Amino acid sequence: METSIEVKDLTKNYGEITAVDHINFEVRKGEIFGFLGPNGAGKTTTIRILTGVIKPNSGTAAIMGYSILKEPLRAKQIISVVPEMANAYIDLTAWQNLMLIGELYGVPKRKRQERAGHLLKEFGLHERRNHLARGFSKGMKQKLILCMAMLTEPQVLFLDEPTGGLDVESARLIRDTIRQYNKDGTTVFLSTHNMEEANQLCDRIAIINYGRIAAIDSPENLRMESSSLKSVEISFNKPVPVNELSKISNVAEAKKIGDKIRLYTDEPHSIINNLTDYARSKGLTIVSLNTLAPTLEDVFIKLIKEHRGD
Amino acid sequence: MPEHQFLEQLKRAFAIAKKDLHIYYKRGPVVIFGLIMPFFLFLAFSIGRNMPIEQLFTGLVGMAIFFSSMSIGPAIVPFEARSRNLERLVSAPVAVWAILIGDIIASFLYGLLISIVPLIIGLVLGVTITNPLFLCLGMILAAFCFASFGVLLSAYPPTDIPSTVMMISNLVKFPLVFISGVFIPIWETHDWGRIVASFSPLTYFTDLVSYCTQGTSYYSVFVDFVALIGFTLLFLIAAIKIHEKTLPERL
Repeated sequence: METSIEVKDLTKNYGEITAVDHINFEVRKGEIFGFLGPNGAGKTTTIRILTGVIKPNSGTAAIMGYSILKEPLRAKQIISVVPEMANAYIDLTAWQNLMLIGELYGVPKRKRQERAGHLLKEFGLHERRNHLARGFSKGMKQKLILCMAMLTEPQVLFLDEPTGGLDVESARLIRDTIRQYNKDGTTVFLSTHNMEEANQLCDRIAIINYGRIAAIDSPENLRMESSSLKSVEISFNKPVPVNELSKISNVAEAKKIGDKIRLYTDEPHSIINNLTDYARSKGLTIVSLNTLAPTLEDVFIKLIKEHRGD
Repeated sequence: MPEHQFLEQLKRAFAIAKKDLHIYYKRGPVVIFGLIMPFFLFLAFSIGRNMPIEQLFTGLVGMAIFFSSMSIGPAIVPFEARSRNLERLVSAPVAVWAILIGDIIASFLYGLLISIVPLIIGLVLGVTITNPLFLCLGMILAAFCFASFGVLLSAYPPTDIPSTVMMISNLVKFPLVFISGVFIPIWETHDWGRIVASFSPLTYFTDLVSYCTQGTSYYSVFVDFVALIGFTLLFLIAAIKIHEKTLPERL
């Protein structure tokens, strides 16, 4: 399969701090690639290297075969960026911002005007096209930035926390748009804290911590490989001491979650019998009983802890 | 760089210049340090002195072009670093030199437009321009030279605080005004004054204006033009090289 982004041994130091530490990965053409990690893990630094904003100390990165270090202008011509911090020109109107981006990417005048009109309508900003971005809400600014990124019809789109701090409706619109453009052939590199967003959107996910890649796989495979995170969630008609349930065989850990108790195990089916026996012996009624696959958040926390050596 | 790529980058530089003019011409520091302050400085030095109109005109045009061409340039990079717009520009397919040329073009056009005002005032008051071609060429060259100087002044330190850059810029600009024959023709100063004046690009412009209006100059017209071209190249190359080096520290 064709590669859109190729990263080899990429390293970035800020003084004595290594923000990105010899990372390697490939993003396939046409996929949505999630980049997850806690704050300060190296996500934004990686994006800023890949988009040519900063230079790495060592290693290489190529976008559609163009080295971001040796051929930065060619590489930048085929990408667009939605940075973490809103940065449309607030003293320009929405329309002027879009025209500026079109000119910076060499989009012909007629085409940039057509695209801008279409995108502003798609994002519900057309009525406000002649208003200064200064007066826009956070959601409107984020939509404008996405319009600016999509105006150039990029082959690869970098999004750094694109829905952070947005209301549910705006976040959903942006997620739907990402899906739509990806369907139309745009490769998407998405950095996010939002596990559910990554789960819904991404074909594959890389988890980064302390500047190193902890895992790369599809969300489903990551969940399945973390068998120790499978669990059974149970609730009884009366309160039950959690430590009693943790003594049941094959239960690795028991946690009280609201009115339920979650029992982590790599053999969920085998402990169901033990739980019914326990309920019978204590005269309890089982109100609900569910087997759960690990969530992406569980996998993320586990990998980060393992990586940290907890 | 192939020619078509160079021209494409130049087109993008003009897009940046258009954006700069839209955004920065009415910003506080630009209006204060580019228009108001030099105007009052000029009044302070000229009122009450029995100077011939041609000499006043030389000073006024020199001040106008020098301050206005250097007013936008130093402010842009720190403003945009702070607002995170610089990161947007750097991630676009535009070379650093093209971003800076865009900023210089904006400053150049602003300076040139502003300095037309004293030119018109001079003509209305009866100043005779004996060589309009040299004056126009000199103004174009000087505006570009001072615009490049302004952008160079924002290169170091790599700060995102516009007032820091404006302060440094004023520290450099004001002494240059006093040593460059704006208020006193350099042939009327001491030997050491003339030596110091030779290090200022403004000296050669005021000398050229003096030649075009009063028919007298300290240097030959050829020297004035060569010096202005030399200073322009020096400022331009230094601005690009230093900004390329310090830009990552602003991002």
